[in-house]
Amino acid sequence: MLNNSPFFRQPASVRSVMLRTLAALLPGIAGYVWFFGPAVLVQLALASATALAAEALMLRVRGRPVWLFLSDGSVLVTAWLIALTFPPIVPWWLIVAATAFAVVVAKHLYGGLGQNPFNPAMVAFCVMIVAYPQLMSQWPAVGFTDFAAQMQMVFGERRIDAVVMATPLDFLRTQLHTEEARETVSAILGAGATFGNIGGKGWEWIAGGYLLGGLWLVQQRIITWHIPAAFLATLVVVSGLAQFADASRYAGPLFHTLTGGAMLGAFFIATDPVSGATTPRGKLIFAAGIALLTWVIRTFGAYPDGIAFATLLMNICVPLIDMWTQPPVFGHKKGGPP
Amino acid sequence: MLAALLVMAVGALVLGAALGYASVRFKVEGDPLVEKIDAILPQTQCGQCGYPGCKPYAQAVAKGEADINQCPPGGEEGIRKLADLLGREFKPLSAEHGVEKPKSVAVIDENLCIGCTLCIQACPVDAIVGAAKQMHTVVSAQCTGCELCLPPCPVDCIVMQPVGEDVENWKWKYPVFTLHRRAG
Amino acid sequence: MLQKLFRFHGGVKPAYHKEPSIREPIGAVPMPGELVIPLHQSIGGPPHPLVKAGERVLKGQPIGAPDGNVSSSVHASTSGRVKAVEMRLAPHSSGLAALSVVLEPDGLDEWIERRPVPWRDLPSSGVRDALRDAGVVGLGGAVFPSHLKVNPGKDGKLDTLVINGAECEPFITCDDAQMRERGERIVRGAAILGDLTRAERILIGIEDNKPEAVAAMERYAAAVGDPRIRIVAVPTRYPAGGAKQLIRVLTGIEVPHGQRSTDYGVQCFNTGTSLAVFEALELGQPLISRIVTVAGNVARPRNYEVPFGTPMRHVIDLCGALPDTDRVIMGGPMMGYLMPADTVPVVKATNCILVGSARLFPPPPPEMPCIRCGECAKACPADLQPFELYWFAKAKIFGKAQEYKLFDCIECGCCAYVCPSRIPLVDYYRFAKSEIWAREREKSAADEARERYEFRLHREEREKQEKAAKLAAKAAATREKLAAAKEGDAAPAPGAPSAEEAKKALIAAALEKAKAQKAAVGTPANTDHLTPDQQAQVAEIEARRAHLKEVAQSVRPKDDE
Repeated sequence: MLNNSPFFRQPASVRSVMLRTLAALLPGIAGYVWFFGPAVLVQLALASATALAAEALMLRVRGRPVWLFLSDGSVLVTAWLIALTFPPIVPWWLIVAATAFAVVVAKHLYGGLGQNPFNPAMVAFCVMIVAYPQLMSQWPAVGFTDFAAQMQMVFGERRIDAVVMATPLDFLRTQLHTEEARETVSAILGAGATFGNIGGKGWEWIAGGYLLGGLWLVQQRIITWHIPAAFLATLVVVSGLAQFADASRYAGPLFHTLTGGAMLGAFFIATDPVSGATTPRGKLIFAAGIALLTWVIRTFGAYPDGIAFATLLMNICVPLIDMWTQPPVFGHKKGGPP
Repeated sequence: MLAALLVMAVGALVLGAALGYASVRFKVEGDPLVEKIDAILPQTQCGQCGYPGCKPYAQAVAKGEADINQCPPGGEEGIRKLADLLGREFKPLSAEHGVEKPKSVAVIDENLCIGCTLCIQACPVDAIVGAAKQMHTVVSAQCTGCELCLPPCPVDCIVMQPVGEDVENWKWKYPVFTLHRRAG
Repeated sequence: MLQKLFRFHGGVKPAYHKEPSIREPIGAVPMPGELVIPLHQSIGGPPHPLVKAGERVLKGQPIGAPDGNVSSSVHASTSGRVKAVEMRLAPHSSGLAALSVVLEPDGLDEWIERRPVPWRDLPSSGVRDALRDAGVVGLGGAVFPSHLKVNPGKDGKLDTLVINGAECEPFITCDDAQMRERGERIVRGAAILGDLTRAERILIGIEDNKPEAVAAMERYAAAVGDPRIRIVAVPTRYPAGGAKQLIRVLTGIEVPHGQRSTDYGVQCFNTGTSLAVFEALELGQPLISRIVTVAGNVARPRNYEVPFGTPMRHVIDLCGALPDTDRVIMGGPMMGYLMPADTVPVVKATNCILVGSARLFPPPPPEMPCIRCGECAKACPADLQPFELYWFAKAKIFGKAQEYKLFDCIECGCCAYVCPSRIPLVDYYRFAKSEIWAREREKSAADEARERYEFRLHREEREKQEKAAKLAAKAAATREKLAAAKEGDAAPAPGAPSAEEAKKALIAAALEKAKAQKAAVGTPANTDHLTPDQQAQVAEIEARRAHLKEVAQSVRPKDDE
């Protein structure tokens, strides 16, 4: 059977979109490996294998062509985001369970690719941080890149307390919130914050890697500027205002944008087209909302980072945002002739 | 305690007044539900539902006397729309009232017609023209396909002809793609 | 002064493939052995056939009369004999047949008398009638009757008349060729259209990938010397040749769907239409042929002037279809329609016969789920959200689709062109649109049926009342008479009939009347003076009816079982 017009098409495919997204993550991953050791590579492999297996299983159960849909690469993006947002030294079963949950529940039970209202990776993150808050807060100390020791933590039973620490965000939060220790931000983070130690040692290099990859995605027209720009701008403005109000209690814009998952969130998580807003104005609102909520959760909440919860909360609002921000159709614009 | 009671009482009064005002201000004339149901019905006026026309059936449905699945010309889609409108559960067409058929129009075989006018009297939408002892014919553009003219005809010269597809009323088909074409 | 240009949102830049078909000048097509001229070739009502099988027609003779004002005439493309007026396969994706005049050319190509239309002296309605009777319709592909468009709008004048020579679809070069070779007639036609619409300026928009056409048109415009006319090169971006998009590019005005562009002070005609207007009014020639590009999977792509009704295969054969040809498309690769066979005729809407093959137009890879990436929204020249429309069309939520302005979609194909999931988006929109139209037809039919039914109920009620009133009046009259008779009884007047007699007289009168009525019905008026022949016929029919009645009655009980 012959198709109808248009009879030719641009050579674009979902696979190419997904593969380029994965490629854009590589600079960030490189920084990650440099500062936190190669354990993350093992986690990436674990998550990828689990995701592919779970996807194949679900496609088979749902009667979809397995190879065709598996090869689109969308499930790998989810897997990589999980591996990159989880601490690299979580036990292997945690990553496997999280990835399986993301693929089976958050993606396929909602109807598969294109139908899930929530970002699957963030659903997995939220589920696991609620279920295993302890494990999800333990990061390897910067510079602790001993692969064997890390593997012992991933696959063994033993947790080596000496090499485990909280993320700078988590550390700042606990230090500020514990009743007895009323310290200031600058005292906690170190007074003369220079580059290399702004978002916590190593973190800003990783953030820089994500920024680089993200900008390349914008240049490749895979994502538009709206979401990263609105996200970063909002985070800068909100944290800047707070710092201006009370510098001893609130960390500044540089810290907030360069630490934790901010850069990853701005370019790779909030830009998930399936669960995000789609209209240009809607994208601005959506990303600004995530940034604002992220800052609120980071500053006043009880979790190490706020990106995941903020993303899910804004995912809920997407249908409304999209409905309200429909761009005017040709000839129906305001201010035109009668 | 007294304050709380007062607040409640004042609240009740205000709300009651508002409701009373609204019921006067936004009073709806007639029975919009019947109109809404009637708008969904196909207006074939065929009586297959057991009522003498679409409007009486609409009234019966509105009153709850008739079920929503008694209209064969409206078909499954009509039942769905009624179910949506009335907030009821969808149910398949009731078999005792007939089956869904493709849209047809009545055609009189003019060689057989004896000009008895019985069909003219039966037609609910005056879509048959003719006079006593003169040949009759159906104005097909106005025929609803109700089949009410078939039984009265003494010579059985009326047949139902399905409305064919032509270039004007042809519809683009729902895009169907074989997912498994290159699967595996 | 340089023309200020505007941008329209979206659009794509496909590979153009225009060069191969524009190397040679416009060619002539030898007359085929048979022309099949469909009667319905324009938007609006289908024209009524004016000729019967066996008749001889002349070139340019009307063979289809417009059905009302929103319709257009159809003419014989050459002289010859009408073989039949019958249903023939139409150049339409449905693969259905349409009423066509089948013409056998006699090879003489003999014109009817051609008389220029004195359009300057005619009232505007006269000019419009002349254009309608000349069968002039939009030749850009939409075939909207042109006579409905030549009016100055509500202000009595137009700000800008746009002549569309953009021709943005890949492969198609018929307007390009026409502008190069017949530009003077286009320019003169534009001037006539400018006069008819009282336009202040006339902008002829041509995509800047056709520098030869721009140069040629500038030469012709200078030769004609109309100060209102200006040739404007517009940036090449599909679909710059969409009427709304070109108006936007040239004037900045956006004409919404369903509104008259004249209300916004603009109007748009295709260059081919402009030429047809010139030929219809100045030369008195109806529209009987057009320039058609034959391109794609052929050895010698070229533009031809093709008489309407010529089978597409006849023209393709001149160009040498390559062996792996698997389809014929009417129009371009972005918006064209797949033809059910290559034997369908060339009609007024045929700007291009695109010959296709799996190599040239590979089958689309399997459809993937929509990931809402928004590429389609970026490419949509109507500023729609195509993926939202797709969801609604796919789920058959047509009300929502209309809310999201489905009918503003011009089916340009940009969204499907860029979709990374390779979803045939336009197919979904076409499906949704035709479903909605079908529903609207059903709705209006239902409304009419309701009205007629209610009128019938009303009429029956009225008749009942009238009958009752008549009876009551009659009864009253009878009673009065009886009363009068009784009175007479009481005081008998000489010569007055008794009550008994009055009653008898009434009954007798009624019987008389009934007899007369019966007699009248018994002999219908039109059977009074019949020739013996007719009488024989009547007798035969009566006999047949009697027979059928018997047969029917003998069959009926069986039916009832």
